[in-house]
Amino acid sequence: MRNLGDAWDYLTTAANWQGDEGIWHLLVQQLLLSFTALAIAMVIGLTIALWLGHLGRAEFLTVNLTNVGRAVPTFALLAILVSLDHPGTAEFGPYGRAGLATLIALALFALPPIYTNAYVAVREVSAPIKESATGMGMTGSQRFWRVELPLALPLIVSGLRLALVQVWATATIAALVAGPGLGNLITQGFYRTDYPKGIAAAFVVAVVALILEVGSALLERAVDPNRKGTATRSGPTRRRVTSGVRA
Amino acid sequence: MTLLAGDGPLHVQLAIEPSCYSRLVNKWYCTDYLRDRHSDLTSALVQHLQLTAWALLLGVVIAFPLALLARRLPSLQGLILGTSTMIYTIPSLALFPFLVPFTGISMETVVIGLGLYALTILVRSMLAGLLGVPAEVRESAIGLGYGRTRLLFRIELPLALPVIMAGLRVATVSTVALTTVGTLVSYGGLGNLIRDGVQNDFKAEILAASVLCVVLAVVLDAIIVGLQWLATPWTHRRRAA
Repeated sequence: MRNLGDAWDYLTTAANWQGDEGIWHLLVQQLLLSFTALAIAMVIGLTIALWLGHLGRAEFLTVNLTNVGRAVPTFALLAILVSLDHPGTAEFGPYGRAGLATLIALALFALPPIYTNAYVAVREVSAPIKESATGMGMTGSQRFWRVELPLALPLIVSGLRLALVQVWATATIAALVAGPGLGNLITQGFYRTDYPKGIAAAFVVAVVALILEVGSALLERAVDPNRKGTATRSGPTRRRVTSGVRA
Repeated sequence: MTLLAGDGPLHVQLAIEPSCYSRLVNKWYCTDYLRDRHSDLTSALVQHLQLTAWALLLGVVIAFPLALLARRLPSLQGLILGTSTMIYTIPSLALFPFLVPFTGISMETVVIGLGLYALTILVRSMLAGLLGVPAEVRESAIGLGYGRTRLLFRIELPLALPVIMAGLRVATVSTVALTTVGTLVSYGGLGNLIRDGVQNDFKAEILAASVLCVVLAVVLDAIIVGLQWLATPWTHRRRAA
């Protein structure tokens, strides 16, 4: 119990927020890492998933990517990347020590939820809707941009949300392999038996995780085309894909 | 003098060819390591299995009554699913510190943390499985005089089993992977070896522990699939006949 009180003291001491080892610097660094990795995974994952989903091909990839992502521990992949000669633990701009290794691991683990959700979203736009689009004289690409993509958007964003939560969690673990981010304060707290520090940092990490989750949930609701019209859930089949990978 | 003394063993070592995991060679793949440090790997694997098994057991024991409660009282459904999702959002490395003031640096910290994550997956799949039982089936059973408990265990659970088992597979595979993070409180099973490998730049150790982790996840997954096959004979009996 005393640890919790001391953790609060740690959080309310201004000095702990400042400087290179302070909470602010590490928080910004971790957010930067997370969003950069998410952007990389989005560019790669969405491009491939939307294209394959539009064509309706490569079903096997969808299933296996998630299973593999789940079975490989994020910690193990981070450890291997950091111990390689490249990228190793080299400083990488604002991303800090082992920045590149961390970015690669984060982007890789963000791929399964982004890819799977986007693929399923486009694939599952109901056949009658696609047929009417074609019947109205739309070309393949018109059908994709004007019909399939808007209807698939909520599920795509839901994948991004899972990926963001995943990326934030993995970015925290990076500290276990001497990487960047807020996890450093947690590991330091434990290795130097300064538990209040570890608990304080864990609190910041958890609060940001919840903010990211709630923020992306609101975004997900905002892009749902079915919400604007009638309250009934018509439109494409809404199968929720729980393809999250934990870290 | 010391230099010479230090030189001696090194020459001897080089003469008899250093093992592939010595600091001079430090290979990723090294069968000598697997042979010589066999006992390290075994004890880490055993701890890994213990942590995973206890966490899953804890998850199932808590998830089952919660799923039943959520089904009985739809008004509680949002609260139960919402709270468990909220816990699931918190990164593992940040969840363990919260438990330490209560459970200390112990195995319980990791088991409770991982159990909470497994719980989220399990509650959802149990609820989905139970809600997926067709109303006609339930009504016929009641018409045949099944009481509430018998209905649950003889009719509803067997029919919900495929969905519940699918959830258990996801929970198992992710728990095996997540256990490695328990190394923060020194109970990480194979994760302890991975951390030690990173700290000492011991590549054979990192790779062996990582691969073992994935193998463990795949093996446990296969065991659950096998158990499910045995537990639901009606799904494949027709094909066999």
